[in-house]
Amino acid sequence: MATEERRRSSLRVEDPAREDFGDPADSELAARRAGDMRPFLPGIEPERRLNDWGRSERIEGAFDRTLYEWFYRYWFRCEVEGVENVPAEGGALLVSNHSGALPPDAPMIGKAIREEHSHPRPLNITVEHFFKGYPGFSMLIPKLGCVAAHPDNVQRLLYDEGQLVLVFPEGRKGSEKLYKNRYKLRRFGRGGFVEAAMRAQVPIVPVCVVGAEEAAPVFAQVGLAKRLTGLIYFPITPTFPHLGALGMLGYLPAKFKIRFLEPIEFDSEGMHEDKSLVQTVAHEVRARIQENLFEMVRTRKSVWFGW
Amino acid sequence: MISRRVLITGISTYWGGRLAQALERDPAIETVIGVDSRDPTRELERTEFVRVGTQHALLRRVVLAAEIDTVVDTRLVVDSTTASASEAHENNVIGTMNILAACSGPGSTVRKFVLKSSAHYYGTAQDDPAFFTETMHRPHPPRTAIERDIVEAEASIADFADKNPAVCVALLRFANVLGPDVRTAHTRLFSLPAVPMILGFDPRYQFVHEDDVVAALEHLTRNDLPGIFNVGGDGVLALSEVAGLLGKPYVPVLLPWATGIAASVARRLGLDIPPENLGQLRFGRGLDNRKLKATGFRYRYTTRESVVKLREHMRLHPIVRGVQEPYRYEREVEEFLRWSPNVRDPAYRAEPRLNSGQLVELQKAMSAAPAGRGRPPSKSPVEHYDDLTAAEIGSLVGSLERDDLEELRGYEEGARARSTVIRAIDRALERASSVGR
Repeated sequence: MATEERRRSSLRVEDPAREDFGDPADSELAARRAGDMRPFLPGIEPERRLNDWGRSERIEGAFDRTLYEWFYRYWFRCEVEGVENVPAEGGALLVSNHSGALPPDAPMIGKAIREEHSHPRPLNITVEHFFKGYPGFSMLIPKLGCVAAHPDNVQRLLYDEGQLVLVFPEGRKGSEKLYKNRYKLRRFGRGGFVEAAMRAQVPIVPVCVVGAEEAAPVFAQVGLAKRLTGLIYFPITPTFPHLGALGMLGYLPAKFKIRFLEPIEFDSEGMHEDKSLVQTVAHEVRARIQENLFEMVRTRKSVWFGW
Repeated sequence: MISRRVLITGISTYWGGRLAQALERDPAIETVIGVDSRDPTRELERTEFVRVGTQHALLRRVVLAAEIDTVVDTRLVVDSTTASASEAHENNVIGTMNILAACSGPGSTVRKFVLKSSAHYYGTAQDDPAFFTETMHRPHPPRTAIERDIVEAEASIADFADKNPAVCVALLRFANVLGPDVRTAHTRLFSLPAVPMILGFDPRYQFVHEDDVVAALEHLTRNDLPGIFNVGGDGVLALSEVAGLLGKPYVPVLLPWATGIAASVARRLGLDIPPENLGQLRFGRGLDNRKLKATGFRYRYTTRESVVKLREHMRLHPIVRGVQEPYRYEREVEEFLRWSPNVRDPAYRAEPRLNSGQLVELQKAMSAAPAGRGRPPSKSPVEHYDDLTAAEIGSLVGSLERDDLEELRGYEEGARARSTVIRAIDRALERASSVGR
């Protein structure tokens, strides 16, 4: 009866733990029984310049040495606190506030981990699916370590590959918000990021970024232009659109401060199925980030020179 | 369950032929029968070819008569450049339906069904995950005819699996295939002087080598592994990386807008990019191949190595072209070689070889049978007798005992009845009896 049940559902439900296997090596067998596919991840081919996600160390390195370096060190003069809260190994989900027309916060967080952390690691930045469908962006964005914000992508990165993933739960609502709403966090999605961290059993590290709002203030959104260009939004900033596409990079020299908060750990399995727990944790993460943002803005002496 | 009597549908496709060649080599497999509407394209030894209509309407009688226990369906059209839309639909949807009907129902002997499908099942879309696992479904309904056909064929397979819980149903979704022998839309695309792309897109591609495709089909035929399996080499390359490996420039021949119209114009001009691959040129696709690896399957080539192999082939091809003569199937010749008693040289006749388990069964059946009719003994007293030539046997019989010689004579009469061998045995018998006296 049991085998019949299994066969009946064989095309619909995948459960490698229940399947009967032949004569493989012991460690592999144990992994299969547990439904853990991590031993079967593809190996790294040293001849390749890209990884399986399309990330190019060469192109990323070129950006890192030039544009990112200059913005990080001289333009935004980034100040970093609590970088030791980012685990030195294993997966972790970094959750940050989001702002600025072409948001400068994501590359600066990545740069901060590369520069300040005792174990510099690559950071995978989740972005909207929109970027995969827009010519040009589609080519460049994955090379710089950006991955579409699909729950299965996040799960593979966090659980299977044990990498760092940065999410912005506010999504585009964060980066399209107007200057008058600065540092007021938007809704944190539907708590999907908490579910992802719980499912992968990795800690959440909340991150607060101050300065990005003033670096790229958005004064208005133009609905018609958005539709004509097919972009996700069309903001009016001090330099965009009148200075053209490069005006997107016309950031003002606001002083940045990036603060990594204490990680929130999830150790037991199956927590992600408890919707109320997920929502509670999501609210808690949002509250902590909001509280720290207000505290950082309150103590800031000058937008341009900082604390 | 061990497969012994295998039926391959689509024997004349590249895959059906290759799989049959692989299964033929295994003596544990008693019978390989291949059906198709066209002549086989690969040289087959002991596989029996039966021509059927595209709809496979009479297949049930073949399955029942031959007591087939395993059906491998390699017939699905997954590349719209190889068949017209109506042919593909007839084959993929109606054909699959009839084949499944032939395998189900009371009294069916089929215990395993393996279907070769395609990763086109998942489609390509902007909001795809980077790696499809077998449990995922495509986020949007299919837009091209081939994808619609594949989704429909898979639906009928799922239905078949639900209604026939005793049958082990395995479904393989293959990534795009590359290899020196196989012709696909992608090998044709990559043999152009430059790799075409859509301006502003660098999609992720995963390939599987033709040998791995055959090995995966064989793996699923030999093992009882119900379920769906993705088959794609390790590693997902960007198209620019593929172009780099092939040593070709990467040229934006298509604009991001009106790509479909531009592609249909290009088709007129001889650059055939099928509609189901246009989406891949834009968004790409990656598969999670770990489930198949967890069953013990090992890929011989990664995606990168498949591309490198193709490059090597393309460099060598202009030099060695025409060296290998293509195989031509001629039914009368095949039948003469297989069944005519006048074929004496064993090199030309491949007979089904039995394994020890089957021999025991056969011997039991024979001892139970009435002893009156002189059926030939099934086992020769000499090991690997069937592999020996007449001259070798002639030199060997001198060393045998009288009883063994008599047994051998009976065996030879029943099996091949080569007059030279029988005469040699007779002479040895005479000698043995004179010594005995």
